[in-house]
Parts: sequence; structure tokens; C-alpha cells
Amino acid sequence: MRVCIARRSISQRHGVSALTDVAAASNFRGDMGSMHTRTLLDSAAIAKALERISREIVELAGGTEHLALVGIQRRGVELAERVAKLISQREGADVPRGAMDITLYRDDLQTVGPRPIVGETRIPFDIDGLCVVIVDDVLYTGRTVRAALDQLADFGRPCRIGLAVLVDRGERELPIQADIIGESVNAPGKRVDVLVSEVDGRDAVELVEASE
Amino acid sequence: MKPLLLKGGHIVDPSQGYDAVGDLLMAEGRIEALSKGLSAPDGADVLDVTGKVVAPGLVDIHVHLREPGREDAETVATGAHAAAAGGFTSICAMPNTDPVTDNQAAVGFIVKQGEAAEAARVYPIGAISIGQRGEHLAEFGELIHAGAVGVSDDGHPVVSSHLMRTALEYSLTFGIPVADHCEDPTLFEGGAMHEGLVSSRLGLKGIPAAAEEIMVARNIMLAELTGGHAHLLHMSTRGSVELIRRAKDRGINVTAEATPHHFTLTDDACEDYDTNAKMNPPLREQDDVAAVREGLKDGTLDAIATDHAPHHYETKERDFDDAPFGIVGLETALGLGLVELVEGGVLTLPELITRMSTAPARVYDLPAGSLARGAQADVVVFDAAARWTVDPQRFRSKSHNTPFAGRELAGKVEYTIVGGRLVF
Amino acid sequence: MTPPSLGKDLLGLEKLTAEQIRLVLDTAEPFKEVSERAIKKVPTLRGKTIVNLFFEASTRTRISFEFAQKRLSADTVNISSTGSSVQKGETLVDTARNLEAMRIDMVVMRHPSSGAAKFLAERIRSNVINAGDGQHEHPTQGLLDLLTIRDNFDAIDGLKVCICGDILHSRVARSNIWGLLKLGAEVAVCGPQSLLPRGIEGLGVQVFHRIEQAIEWSDVLNILRLQLERMSAGYIPSLREYYRVFGVTMERLEAAPKDLLILHPGPMNRGVEIDSRVADGPHSVILSQVTNGVAVRMAILYLLAGGEPALAEAAKRTNREGAE
Repeated sequence: MRVCIARRSISQRHGVSALTDVAAASNFRGDMGSMHTRTLLDSAAIAKALERISREIVELAGGTEHLALVGIQRRGVELAERVAKLISQREGADVPRGAMDITLYRDDLQTVGPRPIVGETRIPFDIDGLCVVIVDDVLYTGRTVRAALDQLADFGRPCRIGLAVLVDRGERELPIQADIIGESVNAPGKRVDVLVSEVDGRDAVELVEASE
Repeated sequence: MKPLLLKGGHIVDPSQGYDAVGDLLMAEGRIEALSKGLSAPDGADVLDVTGKVVAPGLVDIHVHLREPGREDAETVATGAHAAAAGGFTSICAMPNTDPVTDNQAAVGFIVKQGEAAEAARVYPIGAISIGQRGEHLAEFGELIHAGAVGVSDDGHPVVSSHLMRTALEYSLTFGIPVADHCEDPTLFEGGAMHEGLVSSRLGLKGIPAAAEEIMVARNIMLAELTGGHAHLLHMSTRGSVELIRRAKDRGINVTAEATPHHFTLTDDACEDYDTNAKMNPPLREQDDVAAVREGLKDGTLDAIATDHAPHHYETKERDFDDAPFGIVGLETALGLGLVELVEGGVLTLPELITRMSTAPARVYDLPAGSLARGAQADVVVFDAAARWTVDPQRFRSKSHNTPFAGRELAGKVEYTIVGGRLVF
Repeated sequence: MTPPSLGKDLLGLEKLTAEQIRLVLDTAEPFKEVSERAIKKVPTLRGKTIVNLFFEASTRTRISFEFAQKRLSADTVNISSTGSSVQKGETLVDTARNLEAMRIDMVVMRHPSSGAAKFLAERIRSNVINAGDGQHEHPTQGLLDLLTIRDNFDAIDGLKVCICGDILHSRVARSNIWGLLKLGAEVAVCGPQSLLPRGIEGLGVQVFHRIEQAIEWSDVLNILRLQLERMSAGYIPSLREYYRVFGVTMERLEAAPKDLLILHPGPMNRGVEIDSRVADGPHSVILSQVTNGVAVRMAILYLLAGGEPALAEAAKRTNREGAE
């Protein structure tokens, strides 16, 4: 069961909401009703975290002149939008934003059943020479970021690629680390759901576990 | 040969209007007596056939035995044994072999192979034209002398109206039917199935009903013109049935036959490109099936004939366009007749026996189709109520190409007797 | 709820549900973007072996498939056979067995016989994509036509689409008819009766014998290529006559009550079924069809490739139930 959760880490972010994803994972076999949810970050805490992340991103890029943000579908795209808005309000600079769906670069396509839906990839600027910061909601196994790095390389050669995540929940399967982290969570065997209002109707980071 | 007595069967002999429980005695290869309460002569074999139907052996006037030429698909012997297993005691072998049965040596060969098989009797049909090429008449006199019972270019239509006319005229000397595969080649060209909604959906080239009916009409006109006996092979459309009905009303010398698949299946069977549903003439529509059944009921269609067309499995294991036409029929014909026609309320049991024995024998004037005293002792005994499921792997035929695999049929053949001797 | 899937093979649109067709069209959208990149390649089908098996000459379809395969990083092998010297059926069965023995993953096949793709699909474990079977179906062409129409209208539902020309011999026509009907369009065909299949109305389409009526009725015209050999086979008197009676000309379009979208699966016979000014005119989306062709084929390859056979089988069963 535990392994299964870990393996689904990439696909989890492609569901309409994290909860429906669990419903789709038949391994949970109907013990849906006994799920236990605990809020790690509420709306205010997320706002605070994003504020800090946006500052650190500008720091990392040495200003906004060469900075670009690329969010990973789905919730990373919304988070990148918010970070860009914060930077714009504070620095008065319009940071170029892109969106990436990493499905076509996944390393587990051969083993999953019906094909995952492919989301939009849109990088409407030349990334050569820029400092591109990848934005995502959760950093877990590192496989999504691996795919994102490969995909980004097919779009050009940035002078620097950074990684900013709202939640780092550890348990990496690849040697990948984030430059900027909103909140670190130690939650082996549990699920971490990030909800954003644009997609899920509210902002929250929740820890979900199956109670005995 | 010992006399053979069948006791207690339900005897059905349309040739004498006999339809009652009784006993049948055979001796010296002939029917000796038919009545109630016969006692067995000294040394006779006695078979108790209580509850079974006893009828004149079935007669199939349209089979393809593939020998010589495609012995991998069927031989005269395997065909004759398949026939016996299906209740047939006489079959007529079409001449589209390789080489074509268009000369006395070829006819003699079929006769000899048939006798050696010691199963159903095999009567060759000679070709109308040399090589079935539709150009020069074959030597009918020689063919008949060697044992042929009629002529046909089956497999091919007689395209030339002049040749058909001549054949009908020339046949008058010998009193044989000229059997035509009715098909206008210009309408048929490249066709793979019936032209209709199903062919339109599947993207297969269709064969319109008119391709058959045009030639049916022509043959009727030529029969009228010449007085010759035109036999129309495997009729499949309502239009054909209606043309023949009118011709018979007017006293024109035509006979006609229909196959079990044409009174059972429609072009829906071609769905999914099942090559076992590919036949020529093609499976038609529901209304045509109804017309064929009506024709069998009122005698417009004289005979049920199988058009038994064995094909080696690999030749049907192809895309639809490339697969050959035809299915095997000898071992499913009686079952289909009983289920579709008798149980289906179309024919009575005596009428079915008429269409499968007495009437077809009359078309080619064969010594068959009767249990009258002195007739050849060709008899079938079957259990009309018994159900069985078609398993092509159990066919006596060398080929298994049938669309009826898995279908439940009625009528288990218990004994097939040819000349007073059990052959099945 | 199982997400929609295509199952093992793509043989035709007749057997697909509207949901499956929408899945392909929606999946094609992100693939349009891949072809716009400087590096037009994603690693999705890395290590997959695809055989393009063409028993009939084809340039466009084969090239379009090849681009789609290469942009997905698949390894491709092209086999062309005219089928003239060998008997087609024997070749097909033997080819199927040989391909299976070489452990390939997918076959894209064009064949002159209707039903050939299904025949192959039933005999090998690899995915089979029908690139045109006889006069039956050409599903990827149908799908790219649907995508092109959808790009230009809000929805296909309720649109009036007329397919013009040689419907009788056209696999493109059949795939279009099924796809359009399933997505809710009204469909008509227009051509001389000698080039219309018997009983075509039974599929739920209208029939026009005059091109002027078709133009007046339609929102979209899909103009089929007139195979030149149809003339020698006696279906029509001459190309000149065909253009005069059935050609889609500027004059005829200008007389229409509204602007029409013009599609043509190519290659065009300019001055036969379509006037050059129409083909090159503002309402022609003929080149968008070509562009969309690559995206649709990438989507199909993506949707069919890989996955565990057991899961694919389960999905196929669900499909079948869904299609009832």
C-alpha cells in the first residue's frame, strides 16, 4: 500500500482534485470513509509562504530582469501565477510565465493503464539565457522535476534553472532538491494534498491518512 | 447381401404420399415392402427405429467435390462420406474441377471415384462448354454416355445468350437439364457481398439482386424459346422467385433450387468481415429470405441444394475481398431444414422431404427420392427431435468453412442406407 | 469510473463512442504545440518499434504518420508492397505472423481490402492503426477533419456538413460520416448517384444530387478527391463534365447564403472537384488539415501505445460495453 502511494506521486497532480484521485486508486478499497484529514497550512499560512517564496525567487535570480517562471500542471501553474502577481506588485516587473505538462516526459508511461490526459504546455518566450524557476505544489519523489528539467532543455538553454515548491515532503527517489521551500513536511505513508482556490475552491495544505 | 428390416419408424415417403408408422424391408439393394407389421425374413438384419423418421435418402443436386484439382479441400470420397453423414444418398458433382469435367474421361473418373467411396452415390454433372469458357459446347452425348446426369457451367454464368440457347436446344436430344449459375458479370464485377446497407457500411463492393434476376429472366425466355429444360441454380432473391413463379404458371420448362443458407441467413452475417459468410450468390436481405421460403413452400423452388463448396482453411483465412466464395453444406442441410423450415412453420416434414429428396431427384431424373417397391434401397433414418451443436471439427468433409459453427440444429442422422447397405 | 480509452486498436470511427472521439480530439490539442517547438520531439514513445505497412501507395498519410512517430521518439520501419506480385491474403497472414515474431509494438497499415485492418488486429498482439482499408474507413483522416472543423466552430453539434464527390469508393467519407454523426452534426452527401453507395440514407445522411443544393444547405463542405480511374470504369462520363456539374467553384460558393468552410483530404485535382480559387481561398482550411493530421496521429499513437496489456484489455471490455 505504501509503495503504491509513492508510485502514484506523479499522477496525483493530474487529477481534477486530490480527493478524486484517491477514489480512482482502487487500492484504497472503499476505506474512503475512514480517511483522516489534518490541515497543515491554511489559507493565511499559504499566502505568507508564497510571499516569502516570491522574495527568495527574486533573490535567486538576482532581480527580475532575467527571471521567468514556469509552473507545472496543474496546481504549479496557479502558484506560479500568484508568485508572479506578488513580484509584480512589489517590484513592478511583469515576469514572463509559462506552463508545462510533463506527461510526455514521464518515466512510467509504459506501466500505467489508460493514457493520462495531457495538459497544456505553453512557454511563450525564449528561455535561452534566462533564470527559469520551476514552480510546483509538492516535491516528493523528484520524478516530476526530472521530467520537467528534460522538457525545459528541449525549449532552450537557460543560464540557470531553479526550483520552488510550496511543500517538500521528502522521500526522494532521485537526487533532486528544491532551492526554495514553503513548508517541509515529514509524512511517510501519508498523503499530502495541496488545494488552490482556482482549481479546488479553497486554499489549503492537508495531510491525509487512513485511520486504523 | 442380407435383407434389412427397419421396424417401427415414422415413414415419410412423399412419392407415394406415405406418412405413418410402419416397417420397411429392403433386399437385393431394392425396396421390398413398406407396410405395418412386417416380419423379418430368414437371415435379415433388423433395426428398431421406433420414434425415428424413415425417409427416402436425401438428394443434393449441387455439390462441389474439388477432385480433381483441390484434393486438399475435398475429394469425391470425403464428399460422399460427408453426404452420407448428412443423410444424403445421392449427390450431383459440379464440373468446375481442375481440369474441368467437360469430357467422358473426366466424367468416368468421378463415377469411378464415387463407386470406390462406398458412401452416397455420386452423379457427375458435365460442363456446358469446353473448359467452362463459355465458347464451345461440350460433347453432351459423350458426357451422358459416361454417366453425367446434366450439364452446367456452375461457378461461372453462361454469359452468351446464344450459347445458352444452343445448349438448351441441344439438350432436348438427351432429355437433360441445362443448369445455369445466373449472374450478369458486368453487374457482378468485383462484388464481394449483397449490395445494400451492410455493404455500404463495410465498404465492400456490392452485388445487386438484379445481377441474378436479369439472367433468371433471360433463361426463362430461352427455355420458352427452345422448349429446353433450364434449371436455375441457387436462387437468392425475391425477384428471381417471382419470375420463376410466373414462368411455371405459364408452363415454361424451368426448375429451380435454393440453398439452406439462403433460407436462413441475411447479409448481416457478413458483419465483422466473416469470410464464412461470403458466398455467391451472396446472402441477401430478410425479404429475400422470406421469398425463398415462400418459393420452397409453393414449389416455385423445386429443390433444396447445398452448393457444398469446401475451401481449405487457409484460403478463407484472408481479408474478405480476397477470400473465395462458398461454404460447406452437406452436414448441416437437414438440420437447418428441420429447424428453420419445419420447426419454423414453413414446411411440413413431408414437404421438407419432398424438397430434399423427391423433387431434386426429379430435376435430374435420378433413380432416387422414393420408397416405392422396387426402388433403389436408398434410405435415411433420423431423429427429428434430437438437438446437436454444429462443430466443424467433427465434419466428415475435409473442409470446415461454415457460418453455422456453434449453432444448435435439430435432426440427428441415425442411419444412411445406400442400396440396402449401411453407409453411415 | 474508468477514464475513457481507445483500447488496443484504432480500426474505424463506426465502433468508437462520442466520448472516445472527443478524447482523441482533446488529446490532439497539446500535441499541436509540440510541432511548434524548435526541438519537435518528446521522449514519449522512446524504445517503441512501429511498422508502417503500406500495401497501397500513399505519400501524405505515410509521411504524416512518420512525422508523428518521430516526434514521439518511436523507432519506425516502413514496408511498402503493392501487393501485385503476391496474393494479398497470403501476404497479410504471413506478414502478421512475421511482424509478431519480430516483437514490434505497433503497426500502421494501409491495405486495398476493406476489413484488412480488423483482420490484422485480430491476429497480432501489437496495436493496429488503420491508415485506410479498402473502401471502408480511414479513421485518422476522419479525426483530423473533425479536429479542423472543431477548430473553426464552437462545436460540431448541430453543424451541417456535406461530403461531396465519390462517396461510393471513399473510406474518408465513411469515417467522416460516423464521426460527424456521433458528435451531433447533420450530415449530407452530394454526388452523382453512380458514385453514392446504395442505401446510404440508411446511415442517417441526406442525399443531394446537385452541388448547388448542397452548398445552399451546408456550413462545411468536405470535398473528396475524384479518383481519375473512376472515369475509365464508367462511373462518370468525363472529368470536364464532372467539373461542370459537380465542381465547387467560386461562383457557386458566392451564390450561397453564408460563408462555407472548405475541406479537402488531398491530394486535390484542381479544376475537377474543386476550383483553384476555392482551394486557395479564404475559406479553405486544407493546409490546417495537414497540420492537424500530425497532431491527431501523435494523439492516437500516444493513446494506444504501451500500457499493461491486462489494463488495455480491461479498458477494451469497458469500451465495448460503453459502445452498446
